[in-house]
Amino acid sequence: MPITQEQLAAHRVTSGEYERIVKILGREPNITELGIFSVMWSEHCSYKSSRLHLKKLPTRSPLVLQGPGENAGIIDIGDGWAIAFKIESHNHPSFIEPFQGAATGVGGILRDIFTMGARPVAVMDAIRFGSLTDPESGARNRRILEGVVSGIAHYGNCFGVPTVGGECSFDPSYSGNPLVNVFALGVFRHDEVFYGRATGIGNPVIYVGAKTGRDGIQGASMASAEFDENSQEKRPNVQVGDPFMEKLLLEACLEAMRTGAIVGIQDMGAAGLTCSTCEMGSRAGTGIEIDLMHVPQRETGMTPYEIMLSESQERMLLVADRGREEEVFRVFRKWGLDAVTIGTVTGDGILRVKDHGAVVAEIPNRPLADEAPLYDRPHGVPAYRKFPVHGPEFSSAGLSADLVKLISSPNLCNKRWVWEQYDYMVRTNTLAGPGSDAAVVRIKDTDTSVAMVLDGNGRYCLLDPREGARLMVAECCRNLSVVGARPVAATNNLNFGNPERPEIMRQLVEAIEGMAEACAFFETPITGGNVSLYNETLGEPIHPTPVLGVVGLMKTAAPVSPVFRRPGLDIVLLGGLGTCDPGRFGSSEYASTVIGSTWGLPPKLDMDYERRVHAAIREAVAAGLADSSHDLSDGGLAVALAECSFGADAIGAVVELDSDLRPELLLFHEGPSRVLVSTSDAAGVQAVAARHGVEAPVIGRTASATLSIANRGMPLAGADVATLRAAWENALPELLAG
Amino acid sequence: MKIGVVVFPGSNCDHDAWYAVTHNLGHKAEFIWHGSADLGDVDAVILPGGFSYGDYLRCGAIAKFSAVMPAVKKFAAAGGLVAGFCNGFQILTECGLLPGALIRNRGLKFICKPVDLRVETAGSPFTNTLRPGQILRIPIAHGEGCYVADDDTLDQLEKQRRIAFRYADNPNGAMRDIAGILSEGRNVLGMMPHPERASDPLMGSTDGLGIFESMVSALVRS
Repeated sequence: MPITQEQLAAHRVTSGEYERIVKILGREPNITELGIFSVMWSEHCSYKSSRLHLKKLPTRSPLVLQGPGENAGIIDIGDGWAIAFKIESHNHPSFIEPFQGAATGVGGILRDIFTMGARPVAVMDAIRFGSLTDPESGARNRRILEGVVSGIAHYGNCFGVPTVGGECSFDPSYSGNPLVNVFALGVFRHDEVFYGRATGIGNPVIYVGAKTGRDGIQGASMASAEFDENSQEKRPNVQVGDPFMEKLLLEACLEAMRTGAIVGIQDMGAAGLTCSTCEMGSRAGTGIEIDLMHVPQRETGMTPYEIMLSESQERMLLVADRGREEEVFRVFRKWGLDAVTIGTVTGDGILRVKDHGAVVAEIPNRPLADEAPLYDRPHGVPAYRKFPVHGPEFSSAGLSADLVKLISSPNLCNKRWVWEQYDYMVRTNTLAGPGSDAAVVRIKDTDTSVAMVLDGNGRYCLLDPREGARLMVAECCRNLSVVGARPVAATNNLNFGNPERPEIMRQLVEAIEGMAEACAFFETPITGGNVSLYNETLGEPIHPTPVLGVVGLMKTAAPVSPVFRRPGLDIVLLGGLGTCDPGRFGSSEYASTVIGSTWGLPPKLDMDYERRVHAAIREAVAAGLADSSHDLSDGGLAVALAECSFGADAIGAVVELDSDLRPELLLFHEGPSRVLVSTSDAAGVQAVAARHGVEAPVIGRTASATLSIANRGMPLAGADVATLRAAWENALPELLAG
Repeated sequence: MKIGVVVFPGSNCDHDAWYAVTHNLGHKAEFIWHGSADLGDVDAVILPGGFSYGDYLRCGAIAKFSAVMPAVKKFAAAGGLVAGFCNGFQILTECGLLPGALIRNRGLKFICKPVDLRVETAGSPFTNTLRPGQILRIPIAHGEGCYVADDDTLDQLEKQRRIAFRYADNPNGAMRDIAGILSEGRNVLGMMPHPERASDPLMGSTDGLGIFESMVSALVRS
């Protein structure tokens, strides 16, 4: 039966793409083949709008063992050990069904890690939602937040991987498009690495894990479209996760890998059986022939189309050495899992799908997997920008009240409500967990620990995508440096609107170029990641939100405290007070939360100075000079001082500044390259700073139970720590109570 | 000493318990597969935390039918030391080695955080190196840790000094603040907090180590 225009539209295949398909096949495709092409060539799987620009990102360093293109990037951490890590989005499913959408996001990224042979040891999540208090959407956004958090908790906790950090923020632009970006990291030895390659003609192709059902059919296509009023009807497209099955799959796969009988392995994620077969064949330059009658099925009467496009979770495809299948089967039997041979590796480069012996699809692997159309989407216009250059006149009615308002705002308040639902300690490696500047996870059997952080800032990127992306890289590397780690590599998740709109495409291009420049400068190559486009509802895009995950290395040791621990210590502001002007103040949390307006540009970044600050704080921490160490970020100096006061012993600070800046800017501007250090050896810290050419004024002393900030003798803001802390702690539970 | 750590499908604190015993305590430990009907030559048994069989039914309800459990019961009946942490405690109540049950936390959410426990008795093989009234800082990580039992059982537990630990600040609604209890023979301990997570100086607390040390001390004396 010939393909109709309606079928093309339903599969989101353009007429140009269809012509290409016909040319590749030398004939018209049947409906199963069209389905296969549509998911492999979807934006989600093929990166057809972004790939040209992603090539600009740095991807190499002496530590990079595996860059982009595999299931995850791999970094050498020394002594024969390596880490694999990656970030991936599950934005669209999490809006439609928050609990399962987020849960299967965790499941998907975990499989990406252990399919390479690494045991997952940490997860982080960057999650973004609309306003919790908006009269129209607040109730729905609260429900999405609760669903996403419990979905992440459900999957990660049961699987047994600690959720050690991340971020949770709010902006009305995410109201119809929440962002759920999940990062996972695993550990293995260099000689334990596996790739998704179907090598060895005649080798058996083995299906393991959960049975195939009708869930998630065409999920990848769904993730490549905008939402409209009918989006809730897509609910059957969202998959259902089973973390227990995934835990068994993890243990069985790692054990089966140790038999030496496995030659290649890949998880079935987006586009399921289709993606795993053609990608494994394409990477190895081979063909794969399978018969669907062997595929374990959860329900009867499934068509070849449905089986090939199903996104049922917790499934893997592996290729074993011919004749050694039984060794593999024995392991999977031990763990009570299905493992069946469904086909063989062939030499003809073709993905040949049979159903009870009859060929139902026959497509060359390479064009299907690697030769999706590439689009150089028009972007010769200014980036979409919703806010003005100049802001309103403003004058604080009370700086202490402003501080309380900020620390109890959704973006800056304590996120304990979120992260206490996550098991952040299982596997007993978490040296620094949620609430730290960066999470620190030790690698047992080595003296190395891995520090990791996620960061993004949609508001900065909306005002200037290039500078926003550079600031994000700087912030991540600063977060790692304040815990004493050296940043070594990164993974990125690019969350944007519809790339077919030139002003959105421009945001994407600018952000990638800014990220490329900064990642090259800070020597954190991008080893993989994910692009999530079409994050729009009814024509309204999200803020351009690149999210970066950066990993760093350090010697295993008790971590430096992010909070003040003892009264009477000097407080050094490494990096200095910084500068700001009213134009750049418009991007701050203060402008948004207190003034209620956003304008101008993000803070200005001097990358060279930033790098020197990183080197200085790392050296101070390594030398044991810092009793506490915490970077300045959203909310600026006053918020950072408050955060430093929220330790168990309620140690605050008495701070005396010396600045010409007007008080609002002095307390709350978000200029980068700054770190607060409490120390009993200020001269020692200043000597380190001087060696790196970094300012390091002593701005005050730690003090019990109180926080007060003055400038040149004039009191600006202050409160007792207990009051501030209560405002910070209680805000989110109160917001969620509606 | 050699301590056996039972591995159920879905156990995920098995390695943590093994590591605490071997690396932090300095004794031997070995894993016991759930399909094994024999415990081998171990001196004590740990049922670790996790989600045995997924815990999609009641926590521990499937694990009690596991092939290894008759051997564990026999071992306990003969006076052997059996400690269940978190999911292990849930399994021990399900299989009847300990009374009562663990139900959903009062707030209906999973909670992961360090909590303060008060040692209620030093008269057990799991607490003999501790002092009554001593406060231990040990993490919890559970969704179903609210201990419940009928009044008679609770009274009996108190009368027989079988409450091993109480929460200083009850996080989950457990009756009478109960965090851990002993069997009538005092050789079986179930507790929701995770002592294996508080056994390494790098993890911020070593208060959990006292429980393992007590086990070793009891085994040495016997």
